[in-house]
Amino acid sequence: MPVDTKLSASHLNFCYKRDGKTTQVLSDVNLIVGEGEFLCIVGPSGCGKSTLLSTFAGFLSPNSGEVRIDGGVVSGPDPRRILVFQEPGVFPWLTVEGNIEFGLFRKPRAERQRRIAHYIELVGLKGFEKAYPAELSGGMKQRLEVARALAVNPDILLLDEPFGALDSITRLTMRRELLRIWREERNTVIFVTHDIDEAVQLADRVAVMSGRPTNIQQTFLIDIEHPRDISAPRYLELRNAILEELGIAHYV
Amino acid sequence: MPVRLRPIVFIVALLVLWHFAVIRSSTHLLPGPMEALGGIADLVRHGLLVKYVTASLFRVTWGFVAATVLAIPLGLVIGWYRRFEMALNPLIQIFRPISPLAWIPMAILWFGVGDLSAVFLIFISCFFPLLLTAINSVQRVPAVYVNAGRNFGMGPASLIYRVLYPAALPQLITGLRITLGIAWLVVVAAEMISVNSGLGFLIVDARNAGNRYDLVVAGMLIIGAIGCLLDLGMGSFQLDYSEN
Repeated sequence: MPVDTKLSASHLNFCYKRDGKTTQVLSDVNLIVGEGEFLCIVGPSGCGKSTLLSTFAGFLSPNSGEVRIDGGVVSGPDPRRILVFQEPGVFPWLTVEGNIEFGLFRKPRAERQRRIAHYIELVGLKGFEKAYPAELSGGMKQRLEVARALAVNPDILLLDEPFGALDSITRLTMRRELLRIWREERNTVIFVTHDIDEAVQLADRVAVMSGRPTNIQQTFLIDIEHPRDISAPRYLELRNAILEELGIAHYV
Repeated sequence: MPVRLRPIVFIVALLVLWHFAVIRSSTHLLPGPMEALGGIADLVRHGLLVKYVTASLFRVTWGFVAATVLAIPLGLVIGWYRRFEMALNPLIQIFRPISPLAWIPMAILWFGVGDLSAVFLIFISCFFPLLLTAINSVQRVPAVYVNAGRNFGMGPASLIYRVLYPAALPQLITGLRITLGIAWLVVVAAEMISVNSGLGFLIVDARNAGNRYDLVVAGMLIIGAIGCLLDLGMGSFQLDYSEN
């Protein structure tokens, strides 16, 4: 287990109010994420995983409870933690370079150039510097978005089903890429997915959320070295344990 | 036959058809193409063509530019602040369906017979469509873009300039294009009543002063051609980020 606490959520409650009706989404969520940890959050769709991530990013304020990062209470969006969504959020009016440069507006020119070059290389978009998102494939767009997020050197990368809209082959490549990038950059990663295999392949630890109103039902330490063999007994054991925790049978 | 030639061939065929149909019918319900062409030649000879076209374009330009300068920033702000929109929307909805032509008496009362009246009418006809375009275009900007801007630490000013404006731009340009078309429709009506020059005036005057229907049709053709060119011009600015 990592020693330093990067993010802690304590007694988080969150309700949506719509047409006078109140829906409780988060119900007493408690979670601690370590410095440099890769945490996956899985749960049934619509349970509130994205809501939880939005409170971590500071886009939503909890009704009660608090999120602390490095000991300070989160009160709004901040470039030290970047949220990447499932829908392509890269700006279609900017080139690949322009998108990566977007968050660097306070940096001097030379530093901007250096980071652009570095992150284009890192996510494998070399040769596409001047291309617009419309010319990129879905996987490339998602890599660009990760690059744009990493370029501001955030402490925490919050990923909300980032590969959910990609085809299954691209998704597999993207997982490998993300692990490679994470090993180089060592940011803390919180990755929301509804895909249990994805979670077990990527994470140091998997947090399983319950149905709505949701809380963290159980966390699983994934004690398998990378690269992971997805037919190894330990892998299947952990995967089945998570399936069971979610209350899903292992057969279709 | 090259594809690009087809519309031209078709137009020529229609002109020929028009020509012979008018000759055969031997009525005076419609001047033929040769007469209309003669009308245009007449206008050129008297130096009226350039004068009237310039006058009409001048009014459209000022009315359109004034409406754009006021309506677009106002609409962007109204669209961005939901509360503004809720407060102003009923008012906008009441003013919007009033035909610009209904403003003609007020325009003449306020600005007299002259350019200013016509410019005002163009302004009114452009202002509400542009305001609504700007409001809608801001509201349609996907939340992911705005959130990304906020996430990277942008304040309201850079958020508007670096995210909202570029994201809304394609829709704004489409709105400007459609509105310029409206302005060109309205200028003809405005000129029929409130001024003594321009293409709208030409049409009324040709009829009143001696039933010169050749000049009427000539004026119509010129209006059509210029409207078409204006639309082509605006169309060349059109943006679509999904097909770079």
